[in-house]
Amino acid sequence: MASLSYAAALDSALAEEMRRDPRVFTMSTSPPPALLAELGPRRVKRMPISESTMTGIAVGSAGCGFRPVVHWGSVTFAFMAFDQVVNQACKIRYMFGGQRDFPIVFRASYGNGTRSAAQHSQTGYALYAHLAGLKVVLPSGAADARGLLKSAIRDNNPVVCFEPSRIAPLEEDVAEDEGLVPIGVAAVKRPGTDITIVALGYMLYPALAAADELAADGVSVEVIDPRTLVPLDVELIRASVRKTGRLIVVDESAPTCSMAAEIAASIAEDWQTCRGLRAPVRRVTMPAVPVPFSPPLEDFVLPDQARIAGTIRELLGYASPQP
Amino acid sequence: MTDASAAPELSALEPDLCIEMYRQMVLIRHFEELALKLRLDDRIHGVVHPYSGQEAIAVGVCANLRITDRIVSNHRGHGHCIAKGADINRMMAELFGRRDGYCKGKGGSMHIADFDVGMLGANGIVGAGLPITAGAGVAAQLEGSDAVAVGFFGDGATGEGPFHESLNIAALMQLPVVWVCENNQYAAGTPVGVGLAASNVADLAAGYGMPGVIVDGNDVLAVFAATRQAVQRARAGQGPTLLECKTWRRHQHAVRDVIPPDPRPPELIAHWEARDPIPGFERHLTQRGILTTEQMADIGLSIDQDLVDAVAFADASPYPAPEEALEDVFAL
Repeated sequence: MASLSYAAALDSALAEEMRRDPRVFTMSTSPPPALLAELGPRRVKRMPISESTMTGIAVGSAGCGFRPVVHWGSVTFAFMAFDQVVNQACKIRYMFGGQRDFPIVFRASYGNGTRSAAQHSQTGYALYAHLAGLKVVLPSGAADARGLLKSAIRDNNPVVCFEPSRIAPLEEDVAEDEGLVPIGVAAVKRPGTDITIVALGYMLYPALAAADELAADGVSVEVIDPRTLVPLDVELIRASVRKTGRLIVVDESAPTCSMAAEIAASIAEDWQTCRGLRAPVRRVTMPAVPVPFSPPLEDFVLPDQARIAGTIRELLGYASPQP
Repeated sequence: MTDASAAPELSALEPDLCIEMYRQMVLIRHFEELALKLRLDDRIHGVVHPYSGQEAIAVGVCANLRITDRIVSNHRGHGHCIAKGADINRMMAELFGRRDGYCKGKGGSMHIADFDVGMLGANGIVGAGLPITAGAGVAAQLEGSDAVAVGFFGDGATGEGPFHESLNIAALMQLPVVWVCENNQYAAGTPVGVGLAASNVADLAAGYGMPGVIVDGNDVLAVFAATRQAVQRARAGQGPTLLECKTWRRHQHAVRDVIPPDPRPPELIAHWEARDPIPGFERHLTQRGILTTEQMADIGLSIDQDLVDAVAFADASPYPAPEEALEDVFAL
């Protein structure tokens, strides 16, 4: 076991996969120096600021048998490349009848909570989760980051790996074995019986803190980390909500068409699960505003422990429906 | 910038190669005229973007390519597909939306592809094929092969950001790419001069660090010669070339259930119809004694029979089962 930061875990995962498979190569506007020094500029490519063409190069080279890893940097720069994702990477295997596979990994960070202001601070993952033909992962800690990035690189499909900037310095024990985390499998990060919280990305931390706070009042909170957004581990989430009868989804995104909305819908449409609800489903999200710069403004819009704890108490206050 | 229309050694070009190029041009022309008719007769659905008139470019370029070279095409992709060596039966079945089509009916006219012959797909997004072409060039570099990647696009693609990005990146990375701009003077209804500030597409090349060549796109031998030089450069690791092939499309940009009125001026239409690449090549072939008029007619009849067979093949192929719509999104 070694203690690694989230950022270091991602670096080591990428390096290991590149050593393991010579077909993996990366493109970035700022290549990681250690990786570049070890593997050279042929496989660790420094690109001009052309996200669209960088993404299209990934599509074209993947179709010719290579396994590109594209560093978009902040997800916000990836929007320049949206056509190459929506119309190319997502659709190309399907519309050509499965003639070739397109094993591509896109890596995207987002700056919520780092005072990076509007353009560098939306999560963006709902936009990509909506696209048929794309897988989306969102690791919340170093161990999951390592395991999911490795799985993403080995997956024969386009995968977007979201990496919240706030998590980058957080350290965790990471196993020295391969440590693959399967795509599509959620994790119960804290078992409980009274209420289920599904927390996305960095939101895991204030959710766990709120759970600790409520434990002092005798409330047992179950916290689930989906880890993969697409394909979502709906069954694990539904099983938890059948057990607890209450659901909060914490998502530091704007609410409309968010992952929080998707998770809520996946409960509402399953009769075996929603028939047992003891309170309405609550989404704890940002308001529908761009992320502001000034610290008190940004702190106000981002979900935090206090809002989550308050929402838990609110849901506990609902009377159970009469049978 | 050089003008590649005069290349003396072309007069000695292999007769067999000339005959094959002629056959392919006629096949493309007849295939496209048939596709147009099938669409107007409602036997195929969706939209057709006929390549008629531009045959010299697809054929003259692809005659320089091996099966291991790659091409990326655009919405007007049938001609490139045929010239790269695709099977017209499977192409026709794809237009008919049948299971034996190249894409199992999932793609249709605008998404024809045959990766096994290096045809990486017709692409319906103007300009999107250039980054993908660059990707095929990167693949060739990583392979360590001398394969080249050819990107076909029209004058309209010069409006898109990725066109400019891709040229720049291809030069920076010295990618083994040939950029083939088929300037047919119109981007849908917009004349090229209204969409592009430069006088010629090839004028942009120097700004992006590569040679730019203006080519008579209706002279298959000129296209062949210019492409041969560009392909040799690419294979030798000397980087990309931009070929601007001046041409003309005989039909409208796109056809669904009726042929729309032609917005182009009648004198321009007449000017270009007098420069149709097929009669032009026929004059060359008869002058050199490579083919007689009767032999050319026989080639046409043989092609027409092949196309009858292709339609029969397509018609006999079943539609995919509805549930197949759920397959092929993800690889295992």
